[in-house]
Amino acid sequence: MPTILSYLLRRLAILLVSIVIAAAVLFVLLRLLPGDPANALVSVGADPEQIEAARRQVGSDLSLSQQFVRFVSSLARFDLGTSFVSHAPVLPEIGKRLAITVPLTLMAFGLAIAIALPLGIIAAVRANRWYGSLISVVSQLGIAVPVFWIGILLVTVFAVNLRLFPSGGFPPRGWARPDAAFTALVLPVITIAIVMSASLIRYVRSATQDVLGSDYLRTARALGARFPEALIRHGIRNASVPVISIIGIELASTLLGAVVVERVFSLPGLGSMLLLGIEQRDYPNVQGVLFISTLLVLLVGFLADLAQRLIDPRLRDRSGGASR
Amino acid sequence: MSESTIIIASVEGKKRRSWTFTIGAIIVGLQVVIGLMTLIWTPFDPSAMSGGRLGAASLVHLAGTDRLGRDLFSLIMIGSRIALTVGSGAIVIGGLIGITIGLLAAFASKTLDDVLAAGLDILIAFPTLLLAMLIVASSDGASLTTAIVAIGIANSAIVARLTRILAKRVLSMDYITASRISGTSWLGVVMIHVLPNIWPTLLVNLALQFGLAVIAEASLSYLGLGAPPPNASWGRLLQEAQATVYTAPLGAIAPGIALVSLVIGINLLADGLRDLADPTRRSRR
Repeated sequence: MPTILSYLLRRLAILLVSIVIAAAVLFVLLRLLPGDPANALVSVGADPEQIEAARRQVGSDLSLSQQFVRFVSSLARFDLGTSFVSHAPVLPEIGKRLAITVPLTLMAFGLAIAIALPLGIIAAVRANRWYGSLISVVSQLGIAVPVFWIGILLVTVFAVNLRLFPSGGFPPRGWARPDAAFTALVLPVITIAIVMSASLIRYVRSATQDVLGSDYLRTARALGARFPEALIRHGIRNASVPVISIIGIELASTLLGAVVVERVFSLPGLGSMLLLGIEQRDYPNVQGVLFISTLLVLLVGFLADLAQRLIDPRLRDRSGGASR
Repeated sequence: MSESTIIIASVEGKKRRSWTFTIGAIIVGLQVVIGLMTLIWTPFDPSAMSGGRLGAASLVHLAGTDRLGRDLFSLIMIGSRIALTVGSGAIVIGGLIGITIGLLAAFASKTLDDVLAAGLDILIAFPTLLLAMLIVASSDGASLTTAIVAIGIANSAIVARLTRILAKRVLSMDYITASRISGTSWLGVVMIHVLPNIWPTLLVNLALQFGLAVIAEASLSYLGLGAPPPNASWGRLLQEAQATVYTAPLGAIAPGIALVSLVIGINLLADGLRDLADPTRRSRR
């Protein structure tokens, strides 16, 4: 069997096991919540019969193991239950909100890469020029700034003072009006991209530094390749291997950054659904959002690992597992 | 000859790089002094009206007043104490749990080690803030303690993974085998050989975790999941100021500057520590 296929199968198995473990951890953590989820359904002073009915409705009258079996089997059927508060099914609601969070995350991430790749390479290649060090210093400062504060500052400058963009909110008709939807996402996208690019620049820079000191680059230069040519033909592919694994992790934290940024700009995305769910003790919503976002994080990690294998023939041919 | 050149080079390297440590120590030291000072004195009573609502900055109110007329500078000073408390608490918890699990994994059988390593990888893939939000949500309402515990637990996975890798490297050395043969217990090996060898790297990492904990706490408070009033966390000050950013933009800026300066100070301190602890890194970077 070709090694890449066996790797794919093994990595797929790890992914499935991780999803099951994540579901189990989620189940346990949410069951640690004090109080009965049924309390969210009944009003204060409800009689025991009503409470019992509510417990039957949410399933908290069953034993923990029975609840777990029910939880897993409904997950397998892509049934995430219905909200306690709005009584709407959880999964379609998540789908509606992903229509904001996913474009937000992907656009921010694309912008961050577009900023970080050239700047990171410049910072490494021109390390002893003033602009090379400036990039390094600024990116160092960037990782010390919380994402929500950048959001607030951008709102202050571009929404309050210059009135160029809305300070928050999303058009009620969503992507049916693409221009309004897009304008609403401009500041949030820039906010996330600034923070993400700060940490990406540092990884790109150090990956490029490793390439610059390598023998193969010197050999290419000795064989007559001009510096930019040598860097593009030999450097990019080599430097991209460590960067891709970082990008996988960063994409996951971008998704999370979106939770906070959605609050700054009051966007009705996945993050605000989670926060609202926590405030209202709406268990099915909280559980659903956490499960779907964990799923996305694990999936991104899977794809990043796979991309790394495809790009680096040394990894591709090695039969060893995910050892490092 | 070559030996003396190396020594001179390393001394010069130390001189050149030690400014990061010095500046970091000054910034962090200043914040610690301010934080401790708030225990006995602040310019104004932080919970009382001391000026007009949303007043601009003046010589009396250095950072203006908030929407309840409280002195913002006093509140920011208290925020410094809260940030430092959460940061220290979180790295103590994260360090204790993380180092213990990491050492256990390093000493464990192959199977147990694999299981622990895979578990840590999953935990690390789970962003710190999300984990902390989950823990805060599952506790009985938000408080300073839940924030500390939540961030500490979330950080412990990263510490554990690092400890495991570092400890395994030490354990593969010949002198460990020699030490075991001469009758040292595993606990003795940890105390005599492993911890002294790995603490410099761990310390640098814990310092960086401190900075991340400060940011995580601010984010939790900003989202309304941090310490409740009257704790004037920087995150909550920023969240309150966002509503009045049209009339009083300073309130949305000043606490952020305090926060960023503390995190930068800690990062510089960590950078300086790394250079002091590991001479080989001095020439790189």
